[in-house]
Amino acid sequence: MTANPMTAVARVKTGHERRARYTGGVLVLLALFVVVVFGPGAYGDATFRLSRPGDAVVLGDLVVPAAPFIYVAASLLAFLGARQFLRGGVRWTSLSLGLGLALVVLAFLVWATAGNAFSLTGMLQATMVRAVPIALGGLAGVMCERAGVVNIAIEGMLLAGAFTGALVGSVIGGWGGLLSAVVIGGLFGFILAALVVTYRMDQIIAGVVINLFVLGLTSYVSSQVFSQYRGLNNAPVFRSWKVPLLGDIPVIGPMLFNQNLFVYGALALVALATYYLFHTRSGLRARAVGEHPRAADTLGINVYRIRYLHVTMGGMVAGFGGAWFTLGSVGRFDEDMTGGRGFIGLAAMIFGRWHPVGALGAALVFGFADSLQQKLALLGTGVPSEFLAMSPYIATIIVVAGLVGRARPPAADGKAYVKE
Amino acid sequence: MTTQGTLDAASRALLKRAAPGRAAFEDLVVVPVFAVIVALVLGALTMLATDVDLPTIGRSYVALLVGAVGSLNAISETLTAAIPLVLAGLGLALGFRAGLFNIGAEGQLLMGGIAAVIVGFSLPGLPFALLMPLCLLAGALVGALYASIAGWLRAATGAHEVISTIMLNLISYRLLDYILRLPTVQLSGRADPISKPVPLNAALPRLLDWIDPNLRLHAGVFLMLAAVAVVYWLLFRTKLGFEFRASGENPDAARYAGIRAGWVIVLAMAIAGALAGLAGASQVLGVLGRATPGFSAGIGFDAIAVALLGRSHPVGVLLAGLLFGALEAGGRQMQVDAGVSIDLIGIIQALIIVFIAAPLLVRAIFPWGFRRHGSEENRP
Amino acid sequence: MQVELKGITKRFGPVVANRDVTLSVKGGEVLGLLGENGAGKSTLMNVLCGLYAQDEGEIIIDGDPVSFGGPGAAIAAGIGMVHQHFMLVPVFTVAENVVLGVEPTGRLDRLDLASARAKVTEIGEKYGLHVDPDEVIENLPVGVQQRVEIIKVLFRSADLVILDEPTAVLTPQEVEEFFGIVRSLRDAGKAIIFITHKLGEITEIADRISVLRAGEIVGEADPKTARLEDLAQMMVGRPVSFDVDKPPLEAGAPILAVQDLVVLREDDAVAVDRVSLTVRSGEIVGLAGVQGNGQTELIEALTGLRMPAAGTITYQGADITRATVRVRHRMGIAHIPEDRQRSGMIGAFTVAENMVLDTYYDDRFSRGPQIIWPKVHEQAAISATEFDVRTPSVFLRAGHLSGGNQQKLVVARELSRETKLVIAAQPTRGLDVGSVEYIHRRLVEARQEGDGVLIMSSELDEILALSDRILVMFKGRIVAEFDATAAAFDKSAIGLAMAGGAGAEVAA
Repeated sequence: MTANPMTAVARVKTGHERRARYTGGVLVLLALFVVVVFGPGAYGDATFRLSRPGDAVVLGDLVVPAAPFIYVAASLLAFLGARQFLRGGVRWTSLSLGLGLALVVLAFLVWATAGNAFSLTGMLQATMVRAVPIALGGLAGVMCERAGVVNIAIEGMLLAGAFTGALVGSVIGGWGGLLSAVVIGGLFGFILAALVVTYRMDQIIAGVVINLFVLGLTSYVSSQVFSQYRGLNNAPVFRSWKVPLLGDIPVIGPMLFNQNLFVYGALALVALATYYLFHTRSGLRARAVGEHPRAADTLGINVYRIRYLHVTMGGMVAGFGGAWFTLGSVGRFDEDMTGGRGFIGLAAMIFGRWHPVGALGAALVFGFADSLQQKLALLGTGVPSEFLAMSPYIATIIVVAGLVGRARPPAADGKAYVKE
Repeated sequence: MTTQGTLDAASRALLKRAAPGRAAFEDLVVVPVFAVIVALVLGALTMLATDVDLPTIGRSYVALLVGAVGSLNAISETLTAAIPLVLAGLGLALGFRAGLFNIGAEGQLLMGGIAAVIVGFSLPGLPFALLMPLCLLAGALVGALYASIAGWLRAATGAHEVISTIMLNLISYRLLDYILRLPTVQLSGRADPISKPVPLNAALPRLLDWIDPNLRLHAGVFLMLAAVAVVYWLLFRTKLGFEFRASGENPDAARYAGIRAGWVIVLAMAIAGALAGLAGASQVLGVLGRATPGFSAGIGFDAIAVALLGRSHPVGVLLAGLLFGALEAGGRQMQVDAGVSIDLIGIIQALIIVFIAAPLLVRAIFPWGFRRHGSEENRP
Repeated sequence: MQVELKGITKRFGPVVANRDVTLSVKGGEVLGLLGENGAGKSTLMNVLCGLYAQDEGEIIIDGDPVSFGGPGAAIAAGIGMVHQHFMLVPVFTVAENVVLGVEPTGRLDRLDLASARAKVTEIGEKYGLHVDPDEVIENLPVGVQQRVEIIKVLFRSADLVILDEPTAVLTPQEVEEFFGIVRSLRDAGKAIIFITHKLGEITEIADRISVLRAGEIVGEADPKTARLEDLAQMMVGRPVSFDVDKPPLEAGAPILAVQDLVVLREDDAVAVDRVSLTVRSGEIVGLAGVQGNGQTELIEALTGLRMPAAGTITYQGADITRATVRVRHRMGIAHIPEDRQRSGMIGAFTVAENMVLDTYYDDRFSRGPQIIWPKVHEQAAISATEFDVRTPSVFLRAGHLSGGNQQKLVVARELSRETKLVIAAQPTRGLDVGSVEYIHRRLVEARQEGDGVLIMSSELDEILALSDRILVMFKGRIVAEFDATAAAFDKSAIGLAMAGGAGAEVAA
């Protein structure tokens, strides 16, 4: 039923309008924050390097005078906020908020870099790299939740993938390690599916248990075995491979086209998953199972098999993502080395509204926060490094709190389906 | 319209209680026992797979048993390990009853513990009778506040508490590192993050040091028992507990009955956080004597297992906490005697929960242990 | 096509849902399957369409015994079912729903939605089932959703079409239109099983009638000659009268007055649009309308579950527009919720706990922070006896009770305290005749004691039987009001109003 036009009633304040006003207030506060916190300390210019020595195409540095930029950003913020607050434009709410947050981040960057120089290209490249495990974790979540199974175990599956990649990679080489990481991820996906589909265990509990189990198992083996046989934890690393020509595009070339297998793999999987979920027969059936399993069942679709299949596929994606930690980066496994990336991946999935491309976009935001934190630690801004380290987690909470209610999960997400 | 009725014979007949059935017995006794057995067997298989030979496996399980209950020292260690597990587990159980899946005990425990330490060394002049309770109170209060963040986020925005409490855990580690390096907190003369020690008049007194100074059992054990009683009373005897349970079982019906969901969520999280904070406080005041990074040692996560294993019932949590305490104490012995990593205990614990939380799985493995139920559960 | 069921028995644990059922239907005829709620009609049909496996007996199609491993096999055998609760994915389009499970595909498993759309349009034209294939289901009214369900069945070239309580969600006029569709299907040679508990409908549409009671076939009847009283007796097993005994109206002062109420849904769409209404002491006001026209939101606003965006609610002279649920309870407003399983009770709680679900805080049951359980149990036992809740003990989990007893439990809880206003939403949905009669009697008793009673129901017959006054809601507005003081209600005028038609102007 659609909304009726209201002609004679006094104007009713809708939730959207309240939210628009609230956003306006937040933006004005942010403007104040930018002036008070960043304003006083901004001396000199902030230099952003767009090219690195040896690049095929060399661009000049981007030099921003710090103080003027910060005040301009603050006034823009104030303008956006005031406009939002006074006009309460519903359509502009999300856009204003996004723009506003981007301005705050830019102002922060300029403030932190003031009187210093900083490689933008390098940071974008690092953003992409750090986004990979989060994007793959988020994608694993999308695969499972679109079919109606909440997967809290992504963290454990990443960890299992990382561990297996290191162990098998050390013994038979990188490709073998990668393959076994995918298989082990899929195995844990299958176990999760068995627990929640066949044995009707609570989905959240099952996920938590798998996380605990993987953490226990990998820690046990690494302290029991790796400490004695160091050769078992020393895998080759996949080096980055530059795509000819495309890799030479300034600024974004290194980010997208001069990376290792995992970055390309993640991008390809996102594209593949999008096609699969929204344009194929199997994808339609999977989504039907996630939305209304009984309807699918009455049409002869095997709900259980589809859930098994997609949770297993999700596990394989997470296993691939887990291998990034070892085969795509250091080649060595450490206890609990995933550090909550799986959960951030879940947040990315929610942020990305259960869409593969959305999850990738959200992962890039988190990857940006993550790499920003690393860079800033080097710049020495006086912000305690612990607080910078917290920033991705705080961002996750804000994202989850701010978007729930507006993004709609699959209707049967998290609910066991009991065939009659 | 009103109805005034009297308790006639027909009504009186309805007040009969059915005797606990076999199903309840299977649920409460058979499943947990089988779960522990299977977990131990699978643990042995894990050891086999990692090249531990059979005699060593045998020795490690003997060490596990001896280290858990084999001596006065073992029992003292078991109880000492159980105290924070039971306290935090009670909080989680209460949350589960109210429909909240709080993963954040670890962070709440850290925050509560550091608060207790800070209050302890900041007010060394106070007498024991005042300072010790004050430290516990600070721990409970800070734990409650920290947990309330997740509760408030859930109530106000709908953010799922699983994700927000996990993030709050990760944040708490960094926050603790930061606090431990503050000049007012850090032990002077140290470069590593470590707090000043808790003064003696803030510590939970040891109970058995008159027998042997190495026995670590402390007065927190009374705190634990009192908490079990209080949580039982709260859940099953009070209006608030009724509201918690109703919201947990069916949030819609609770809302229709006029129970304020937001209130229940925030309050249940706060109480859970207070108990986790108490667990942290009792750990620093009774065992560790100071705070260091990661002093929680995963107790907050093990407590999830304890709450699940105890079926979110206070008495069950007590028993489960004792079991996990025993595994913990025995595991240390196992590491010393047989050279098997204590991380094995983590695997066994995870397996126990799997089997507890999926009774259908246990029934599938041990069909002879259960009476046939037929398919009555499948009624439409 | 000729389909026979021979000696079908289906058990759930110790409960026998169908016992030795035998019936048959052939192409070009409508078999009416009559039975009250809980008689086992849906179970039987779920066996026929492959969702359940029978314990005994066989299904014979065109002389050959068949056995279905699942719904897919039944669909392949030409059996299609339109379920009482639609089996449509709300966020999918019409075309996606229609093809689900039998999707046309191109290379690389790619969905071919273009040919699906064409087929939907083609079927729509052939049988007069017009619907836009690209519309998303959740934006469609229930009547159109039902058309989609039928197209879905026809798309799978079903020869036997099972219609399970298909008229429950329709207005009287839509029912007529729907019967036209059923006849055109029959004339196209389809076999049709029409399941209902409504006597008037079955005699109008069926060519033959089989009556199911307590899981067994108790008789057959010829719709042309059968008397409604006999059919009713066959269905229930005793003589029944569907009229409610109700003394003449003696309405008193207004208890509830609603003025220009506006209620929004979560997505800010207007669900209730400037509604004004009054309920007086000693009268029953019926709220009629097709599901999803704002009745649910109106009741949520009246009971405090949803804050209105504008307008006022006055109860016994006091403004309660923004009062909480709890405050309204204490002021004497009783609420029998629309969905007992979801929001009326807690299945895992005992009968006693459910009996005090919204009164546990009362001084009768508590002291300080504590609940005095012995008093709760005592009162629960008294109420259970008084309201005929059949349970062996008040310590039984409420989820184990039958639907009728669960609803009586809810009614007992709400009416066993001091009330002035009773708001009952779908008070008898899905209940057996005995429970329906009992609950109706209780509601009339509340009226006789001077309570104001507001009843919302999608069963127009229930509204007609109980109400002193009927308000019809359409698209969030009250479009018509009918008064029973003068004469009996004009059913077709009410039906028109429910569809937003001319009846809206007839408002008394």
